[in-house]
Amino acid sequence: MKMKRMLGLFLVLCLTVASFAACGTKEDTGAQKSGDKFYIGAIGPLTGGAAVYGQHVKYGAEIAVKEINEAGGINGKQIELRYEDDEHDPEKSVNAYNNLKDWGMQILMGAVTSGPSVAVAEETKNDNMFQLTPSGSAPAVIQYDNAFQVCFTDPNQGAASAKYISDQNLASKVAVIYDGSDVYSSGIYEKFIEEAANTNLEIVAAEAFTADSKSDFSVQLQKAKDGGAELVFLPIYYQEATLILTQANGMGFDPIFFGCDGLDGILGVENFDPALAEDVMLLTPFAADAPDQKTQDFVDKFKELSGGDIPNQFGADAYDAIYIIKAAIEKAGVTPDMSISEIGDALKVAMTEITYDGLTGAGMTWAATGEVNKEPRAVIIKDGVYTLFE
Amino acid sequence: MKMKPAKQVSNSTRSNLITIGAIIIVYIICQIMIANGSISNLMKGLLIPLCYYSIMAVSLNLTVGILGELSLGHAGFMCIGAFASAFFSKVTVDTIPNVFIRFTLAILIGALAAALLGSLIGTVVLRLRGDYLAIVTLAFNEIIKNVMNVLYIGVDSEGVHFSIKDAASLNLEEGGQTIVNGPRGITGTPKDATFGIAILLLILTFIIIINLVNSRSGRAIMAIRDNRIAAESMGIDITKFKILAFTISASLAGVAGVLYSHNISTLIATQKNFGYNMSIMILVFVVLGGIGNLRGSIIAAVVLTLLPEYLRFMQDYRMIIYAIVLIVMMIFNWNPKCIAWRKNHSIKGYLAMLFNKQKKEA
Repeated sequence: MKMKRMLGLFLVLCLTVASFAACGTKEDTGAQKSGDKFYIGAIGPLTGGAAVYGQHVKYGAEIAVKEINEAGGINGKQIELRYEDDEHDPEKSVNAYNNLKDWGMQILMGAVTSGPSVAVAEETKNDNMFQLTPSGSAPAVIQYDNAFQVCFTDPNQGAASAKYISDQNLASKVAVIYDGSDVYSSGIYEKFIEEAANTNLEIVAAEAFTADSKSDFSVQLQKAKDGGAELVFLPIYYQEATLILTQANGMGFDPIFFGCDGLDGILGVENFDPALAEDVMLLTPFAADAPDQKTQDFVDKFKELSGGDIPNQFGADAYDAIYIIKAAIEKAGVTPDMSISEIGDALKVAMTEITYDGLTGAGMTWAATGEVNKEPRAVIIKDGVYTLFE
Repeated sequence: MKMKPAKQVSNSTRSNLITIGAIIIVYIICQIMIANGSISNLMKGLLIPLCYYSIMAVSLNLTVGILGELSLGHAGFMCIGAFASAFFSKVTVDTIPNVFIRFTLAILIGALAAALLGSLIGTVVLRLRGDYLAIVTLAFNEIIKNVMNVLYIGVDSEGVHFSIKDAASLNLEEGGQTIVNGPRGITGTPKDATFGIAILLLILTFIIIINLVNSRSGRAIMAIRDNRIAAESMGIDITKFKILAFTISASLAGVAGVLYSHNISTLIATQKNFGYNMSIMILVFVVLGGIGNLRGSIIAAVVLTLLPEYLRFMQDYRMIIYAIVLIVMMIFNWNPKCIAWRKNHSIKGYLAMLFNKQKKEA
């Protein structure tokens, strides 16, 4: 018996030592990397419910990295990109971050979703690593000076939407249907309500649903209809929006539907009749059908890489993010042999000095707070394609 | 249940001492590796999660293995512990600058909050048994998670404001602070958890449970598990002991929640961390480690938490491989034919020994 106990203890020890031995070798490879390449890490969900966003960010970033490397890199230095899965879970995103650090990451592009981005921001602040999130839109993501955003913050989207609706006289009676259990959606909703009070908009209904009850919206729609809403504001993601549009059509309710960038991608949903999305307006910085050469090149490359998917805003944000990092590196004259903290310090300053024209907006500039400054654009769906709303 | 001869009791004590010794040795090895910098960032970041997952597994083993009831709501208690303690730490971060005192209080508050809820839920649901209990605990888990998602709590000079609508309806006065912000949860919890405290809590959890098991109450609890009617006719108050075990299990899960929330700066209640996914994950730790086997629970929790992280090099196939490994391990551990094969082929193996011990206990 004693023998077996000892054996048991021995096995436990072996297990521990083996797992640590594995780390040891990993660190060695991490330490070797320096000098001739920029190592950019990216974090986003590749599995789980939010996988579609992470996947698009991955493709978008890969396209940009390939283009830059083919064109000779940044100041003659090639970029290496590594993408780690966080399953849309803050805890896993910190693991992914630590894993990337072992790999030798110098700059972080991520995370894709808000919750993980906030968790990672705490870590990047400790290391003073430069962090640029393509799509983590919560304000807490950029609470430290080393973090910057490519997308609008949620409150900005809410305020911009309310302003846009009232400035364009789209409607005066407005209903809101939002996801009360979602960071993105409730963030926009709160600011929208706040801003609406300053305009001539009247909120006739503000109805919430949660992630666990998002298949039937007839109650919310009925309330909006009874309130006489001329416009229904949907600060939600497109999966739920397709259901809302279908159910509204079923009950003969036909107001203007207005959404934010989360609605981008609605035309690509399977088993959804695009005719129902006709005249839906959304405030988004990117439309895959924009006629300019840059967008079309990107869309073609994206389709090739992803096997036919049409990029949504997330892919475009990531593509821009890589180019923004490039612009900032060039501005600051950063070289790969600098330490993580030195790169962070230099890029923080450079970010406030650059102006960047990209897929998701022209003339983007950044404040030292990390917030992006760009014009919101409204897009309307006409004949099954996104067209700019004049 | 057979009476255990005196020698066997001392054997189990020795086995428990070995487990505690192993934990301390692992802790010392880790500290040495941290000191000379030979530990990877990934592993360093995982040390505290490994501890709280182990605490979760050990505490659930009290309900599943010792009490013999299937609970699928363990993550809910972790959630309560995490939110209660994070709320406390966030509010008192300025008024109690001493990290040790603040964190100790936070741990107590987390454990108490979870224990309170555990006893409340326990009183209601422990009248059910088997599958029915599993279903109801699962439902409570979801309720806790969803309540956390719609809860807004703010603090200003007048006191604490609650709302389940939105942050604006808290009516905070100027300078008030929204602490729990609905689906955005609590951000900016001070990172008070350290590896040393986490290990200490794990050992404490372990000692609490083995002491309970070896006490008069523990014997009553196991008697209920082994034969409810016989235990009842012996005059054991079934409801009381069931609630006792369930409450202790819940409060220890609350402690794990405290570690969770003080290790990561964002606390949001999602399906992944406090939903049934997590509850079932913890149950998997318990089942793989051996029902009723505390050391096995810790080993399973450590291995299964490390596995997906060390499979990262597999990229897209990571989760598939993880699932396959899980199934293979489950078959290897519990399939009667595998057990027979292991008996015949690796009698001296550690796993075979684990099984033998379980057979004696069962």
